[in-house]
Formats: sequence, C-alpha cells, structure tokens
Amino acid sequence: MTTTTPAATADAELPRLRLDTPPLLVLPILALLALPLIGSFPTWVTLTVAGLAMGMMIFIMASGLTLVFGLMDVLNFGHGAFVSVGAFTATLVLLPMQGWMQADSVLLNLAALGLAVALAMLVTGLLGWAFERVVVMPVYGQHLKQILITMGGMIVAEQMIHVVWGPDQIPLPLPTSFRGAILVGDAAIEKYRLIAVAVGLIVFVAMFLILNRTKIGLLIRAGVENGEMVEALGYRIRRLFVGVFVAGSALAGLGGVLWGLYKETLTAAMGGDIMVLVFIVIIIGGLGSVGGCFIGALLVALVANYAGFLAPKIALVSNILLMVAILLWRPQGLYPVAKR
Amino acid sequence: MMLHRILSGDFPRSRVLALALLVVFAGLALAPFLFPGARAINVAATICVFVVLVASYDLLLGYTGIVSFAHTMFYGIGAYGVGLSLYSVGPTWGAVFMGLTLSLMLSLALALLIGLFSLRVKAIFYAMITLAVASAFAVLASQLSDFTGGEDGRTFSVPEALRPGFRLVENEIFGTAINGKLLTYYLVFFSALALFLLLLRVVNSPFGRVLQAIRENDFRAEALGYRTVVYRTLANCLSAATATLAGALMALWLRYAGPQTTLSFTIMMDILLIVVIGGMGTLYGSVVGAALFLLAQNYLQALMKQASDGLAAVPLLANLLHPDRWLLWLGVLFVLSVYFFPTGIVGKLRSRK
Amino acid sequence: MSEAMLSLTGVHTHIGQYHILQGVDLTVPRGELTVLLGRNGAGKTTTLRTIMGLWHASRGALLFDGEDITRAATPHIACAGIAYVPENMGIFSDLTVRENLLLAARADEPNAARLEWIFGFFPALKKFWNQAAGTLSGGQKQMLAIARAIVEPRKLLLVDEPTKGLAPAIIQSLIVAFRELKAMETTILLVEQNFGFVKSLGDTVAVMDDGRIVHSGPMAGLAENRELQQKLLGLSLDTHQ
Repeated sequence: MTTTTPAATADAELPRLRLDTPPLLVLPILALLALPLIGSFPTWVTLTVAGLAMGMMIFIMASGLTLVFGLMDVLNFGHGAFVSVGAFTATLVLLPMQGWMQADSVLLNLAALGLAVALAMLVTGLLGWAFERVVVMPVYGQHLKQILITMGGMIVAEQMIHVVWGPDQIPLPLPTSFRGAILVGDAAIEKYRLIAVAVGLIVFVAMFLILNRTKIGLLIRAGVENGEMVEALGYRIRRLFVGVFVAGSALAGLGGVLWGLYKETLTAAMGGDIMVLVFIVIIIGGLGSVGGCFIGALLVALVANYAGFLAPKIALVSNILLMVAILLWRPQGLYPVAKR
Repeated sequence: MMLHRILSGDFPRSRVLALALLVVFAGLALAPFLFPGARAINVAATICVFVVLVASYDLLLGYTGIVSFAHTMFYGIGAYGVGLSLYSVGPTWGAVFMGLTLSLMLSLALALLIGLFSLRVKAIFYAMITLAVASAFAVLASQLSDFTGGEDGRTFSVPEALRPGFRLVENEIFGTAINGKLLTYYLVFFSALALFLLLLRVVNSPFGRVLQAIRENDFRAEALGYRTVVYRTLANCLSAATATLAGALMALWLRYAGPQTTLSFTIMMDILLIVVIGGMGTLYGSVVGAALFLLAQNYLQALMKQASDGLAAVPLLANLLHPDRWLLWLGVLFVLSVYFFPTGIVGKLRSRK
Repeated sequence: MSEAMLSLTGVHTHIGQYHILQGVDLTVPRGELTVLLGRNGAGKTTTLRTIMGLWHASRGALLFDGEDITRAATPHIACAGIAYVPENMGIFSDLTVRENLLLAARADEPNAARLEWIFGFFPALKKFWNQAAGTLSGGQKQMLAIARAIVEPRKLLLVDEPTKGLAPAIIQSLIVAFRELKAMETTILLVEQNFGFVKSLGDTVAVMDDGRIVHSGPMAGLAENRELQQKLLGLSLDTHQ
C-alpha cells in the first residue's frame, strides 16, 4: 500500500466522516425503557436474549434480500421460499442422522448440524441461481411483473415442498447438547438462543468484513449506489448480481435451518410467514442497507418479544406501529441508501 | 343507446368475449332456476361476489399499476362488519346498515392512511407495506377471539326476509321455491351487477383515464399537472370501499364471517390469479376470470382427486395431482400467464380479430 | 493529422421515443485532446454515453483502436481502454477516496508513483485519502472523478463538462491536470460549454447542434476566428472567461 496518511488533523475544511449514531442508540434505549415496564430483571434478560436471537435469525434471512434490492432494484417476494426449502432440506440430513443428533456429544451434534446447514445452503444457493435465471431475469426492470412473478414462484415452491415432503408439518427436535437453558443469576437463557445469536453475529461480522475489506465488497457497495458507473469502470455488474442473489438465497436457507430448529416444527408456509417480518425489517432499515437491516431486525424482534410479554394480543401489530414510528422519523428508513 | 350508457361506452370489442359475457350474465341471472341444488347456487353467488372483488382489485392493479396485498383486509372488514353487527345487535336491517357504515368508514380510513403513507414511494414499497398490514390485521382478527370469534369466526342470523324459511310466494315457480335464500341470491346478484357497472363507469370516466396515464408514466402525468398521489389515494379508497361492500354481500350470503373465508392469504392469491388470468386492466377480465376460476375450483378439483386416486401407485405423481395441490397448478399457470399472456384471456380474445 | 483513436460514423441514438443523435461523424485523433462543444441538449452527453455503451446506437458504427464497439457492452468497452468521467462525476460517496481509486485500478493496488504524480496536481486527494468521498466538496469530487479515470494509463479518456459549477481556482487546477495529461500524449475527448477553459487546451474541436456535428477542425482555427465562434457558439460564450 502506498502509505499515504491523511493530514486531516490539521484540516478544518471538511466535516469528519460522521457515523450516523441516532439509529444505533434506539436499541439500548428501547431495551432500557422495557426494563421498568416488564418489572423483573431476570424476565427482562430472558426476553432480551430471545429478542436478540430472533433478530439475528431474521437478519440472516433479510440481509440477502435487501442487498439484491439495493444492487439491482429487484425485490424478490419469493425469498421466503428459500427459507422453507432450506429448513426442509436440512431434514434430509438431520432425520437420518438422529443417532448423531441424539448423542450426548457436542461434537457429533455440531457435525450433524454442520452437514445439514451445508447441504441446505448448497441447495438454496443453487435454487437461487435457477430462480434468478428463470424467474427474475425476464422481468428485470418491470416492478409490477416482478412482484407478481416472484410471488407466483413462491407459491409454486411452497407447493412443491408439499409434493416432496407431504402435507404434514415435520417435527425437527434440537440436538441434545443444545436443549435446555443455562441460568445466569435468576435469568434462564435457552442455549439454542445463544447459538443463534453467535451465528448471527458471525454472519454479520463476515458480511461486514467482506463488504468493507474486499474488492468484491467494495464493488457491491459501489454497485448499490451507482451500478452504471461500476460498469463504466469495467466490471460486469450482472455477474456480481447473480453472485449476491445466490449468496442471499443460501443465507435464507441458513436462516431457514436456524428458524426451523428454533420452532422445532417445519411447515411449508414458514418462509412466507416470516417474510412479513423480513419486509418490515428491510423497510425500517432502509432498502438496500445491510447495517440498517441488522439494526432493524434486532429492533423488530425485541419489540415483538417485549410486546409479546406485555400485551400478547397485539404483538404483530406492534411491529406495524414500530414501522410507522420509524418511517415518521426517517421516511426512507434508518439508513437510507444514497442513490445516484 | 341504452346499452352504451349502461356499459359506459366500454364494449367487449370481441365477439367471443361478448358471447362469454352474455353466457356468464344469463347463467348468473337465472342460476336458481337453471341449476337447482345448494352447491350450484353457492358457486353462482360466490362468482357474483368475486366479480366485484376482483374488478375492484383490477382498478388498483390493472388501471393504476399498484400492487396491493391488503385487498382481502378490506373484504374481511366488510364481512366482519356486517357479521359482527348482526351477531351482536340481532338480525335486523338496521344492524346490516350499521355494520356496513362502520366497516366502510374503517376501510376508508385505513386505505387513506396506508395510501398517504406509502403511495408516494415506489410500487414495491406499497406492496410490502400492504402485505405487512394485512397479515397483522389477519392475526389481530384471529387473536381478538372474544370479539371476532377467533379462528372459528362468527355464525349469525340474517334479517327475516333473507332466511331460507321465509316464503315470498307460497307456490314454487319453475320448480324453485321463492324463499329467503332466493331473495338473498338476487340481492347479491343485483348489488354485484350495480357495483360492477359503477366500476365500469369509473374506469371509463376522465378520472379513470388519468389513472391509466399515471400507470403509463407517472412523471409525465405529474408534469401535466395531475397530483398523482391524490389520484392514487382516491383509487385506493374507491377500491377498498368496493371490496368492503363485496365482503358484506359475502357475509350476508354465507351467514358467516371468519378468517378462512375472508382474510386468508389464499383468497388474496385467488384474487391475483383471477385478475391476471382474466386480464389486467380490463374489468371484463374479472367476469370471465372469476367465472372460470370458481367453476374450476369447485368442479376441477374433484377431477384431480380422481386422477390422483387412479395414480396412487406412483407416489410423486399422485402427490402432484392431489386436490390439495390445486394451488401448485394455479401458481404455475399464474407465472406462465404473467410471462406469456400479460393481457389475460380478455386481451387474447380482443387481439384476435 | 495523426490516425484516429476513435471514430464515429453516421451514429444515431434513440432514447425511448426521442431521436437524440441524428448521424454523428466524429474522429478523435490519437494522442490529441479533442474538444466537443455545443449548447445544452445538442447531444454531447449522449455521444459520450453512446461511446461508453451505456446507450446503444440504433444505426452507424463506432470504431475504437481498430475494434468495432458499436454493439459492445459497457464493461467490455471500459476494459478495451476507455475511461469515462460522467457529468455527475459518478463517484461512490459511501466509499473512501482510496476505495474509489482502488476500484478504478485493474491491478490490486494503484501504482504508487502514478498516485504521487496525481497528488502533485490534486493534493486534496492525498489529504482526504481515507475519508468518505461523499464528504468532499464539489471540486474535490471532480478531482477524484478525474483521478479515477487516470489512475492507470488508458487509451482514451472521456470527460463530460468537468468545469460545471466549479470555482475558478479549482478550474485552474483542472487546467494543470489536463496539461500534464497532454504532456503524456493521452488521447482525450472533452465535452465542454466553457470555451475559455478549452481554448488553450484543445488540439482539435468539434461543435454539435441538434444531434449532429456542425463543425470540426483544429482548435487554433476556431480560437482565432471570432466570427466563426459567434456563428457556431453564439455570443454567450464571451461571458465565460
């Protein structure tokens, strides 16, 4: 590297690159406000961890979708199908490998899970590639048809799950060593939720590093802002887009496995159902923004968990209210993406 | 000319289409006499309601270029409004009108709110927000079970004159009893007819033409001095109000309001399918589409069952043809028609001179 | 006159229903700076975008360094050796100055000596090296946009109205930069409305009106002939400078 260090210290001409902090503060403020409402500290801890775990899983499912939208102005209403397919594909590994799953060994449990996740991501990645070729490409640039077609694609995918795996829901028990809870003080924290948080953090950090430290990542960020200029610099944005689409689909598959294990039962409609939350999350975060998507996902999940405890009947409506509040504050979402 | 005024100058412009419309019209008008039997008349009434429901959706999708997933919400508000009102007040006409008024007010308020909130942004934004709001509404309806009856919904009595036990004339006419059920059917039929012709008038009015101009090029429409947000919001409200009325008719016909028959996402998909298959941007598409779709749904599924049973030995194929996989084939048909026949049946018929 | 680096023959471009370029014939000689002048809406930007493949010619042919690029895709044209500085500069505001230049370089890292050479006439880029490009001033953004186009040597440089909306002091540093590039015999096609800016820089000049080239020849010929200037460019040009 040409080790040119900026002499910005001596310069007052420009504002320093400012980090947009207010959206970051919303999360802790929300959590702190919820504490007195809930009243009991252990309950609050349990709910907060549950919210963070759910938020991480939603983030994993939503991140690919928001990037694809940012990059190519394509919103895939069929994204939820990848979630379902991922979860169901995992059963191909997990059900035959019940031996490893039930074994009282973290290593064997992890191996079975790892295999399942790998297969699920492979299948959903390939499916994403096919979906992009067959379903999305012909209607590129036509929003109306895009919405209809991807919605139709999702119905077909959901129905195909029924055809392959039958109409009933499939139970998907957690492996032995991830069951149960650990006690921190008086607060019970389910082990699996901690794992979900860890996986979510890993995905987020990996994504953050790729987007900020690699040339591909730079190209994606540049492409979200001005795809035409990326092409004028000599890069094929179409290839980039297919790559992101495939990666996003694979992540949705990963999210599906995590979500399925969390729910411990699989239904073909699980992906479609979670899409409602995913859409709220990417609207809140700002369409196309990964960072916004991360905060949005945690926000939505925390609000859902707190509201579920405080006023269970309006839990889902609480997310709509959250979305309205955020959009009143920032009409383009928490982190609006700069567009040319 | 009389017909010209009734149809607002919007003629079928295709002989086959005109014939198909006539067949549907005559079939529905005379359904109780032509097709006796509870199932047939039920299908006919459902077609009437769906023609209105789908036509009002086409006002959004086909004429204004907005994708909404909240149409069933307005439909459900109408059904629940009348249903819950009859349930709690009692089977009087007053209750019907009270329910209707309240649900219309709620629908308009919601449509206005959603519209003002999201119609100024992109089509995609609107689609996502309506999806979220509609699903929240559906959850709310099934959660507030003390009020709505939850998943089971509410069964209620309708005003005296609409009950099957009520006899207008003692004797049967053409072998059909002139009872409350028949009266309800014609209430549904004529209301649906009136609403459909009203919508036809709207889309052929100057207002309708502005909507189409906005759909084609909203920048230009804005540049010509039309406030696109206002027009879109108005179309949204009009469409919501019509869907609400359709829901009310359905509730009166079924004497029941519940999440599965009104709010479920399956119904939203049905609406989308009918619009696309019938033909976006032409109200006649909703007539042809609804008739075909509901007939197929009610009679073709039986056929699928037979085929599936016959193929029971071939596991995957039997699953593919299972009547529960009805939606799979609809989905495929839907995707293919968006690609290859974006103008639907009516568009095809019209282009074939 | 030296051989042509780029030549357009009878190029027509439609954008939607509008017929913008109506038979453009233009030659950019190798190693020279060609100026494309003309009033707003004459089709200058469309010409550059058609060369870049961002819009495709409906008729006519574009030949770049012996290769037919009429139907080529934008990334291919860029890789063939054309760098483009659009009118809106097209910088990535979310990325730092360094990252912007990194993307423009085909090599993994920009060449250090060449960077120092660029910093020589655009020192601000060195100063704000790790700062988001969106925080730069308009003139600094223009410097970054040009730097991005020259971070590695390219066969041809397309620059669209670099002086638009810039203060005279910054225009001065752009003149220095273009002089440097000329000294290295870079081939440049420069679109401008500011005649004063290009009068001393240009080797050859072409003037556009209504989607056609209405005049072309050596810059000296136009610079000395005030009558021709008035005829082709109108009086308003005098207000520049």
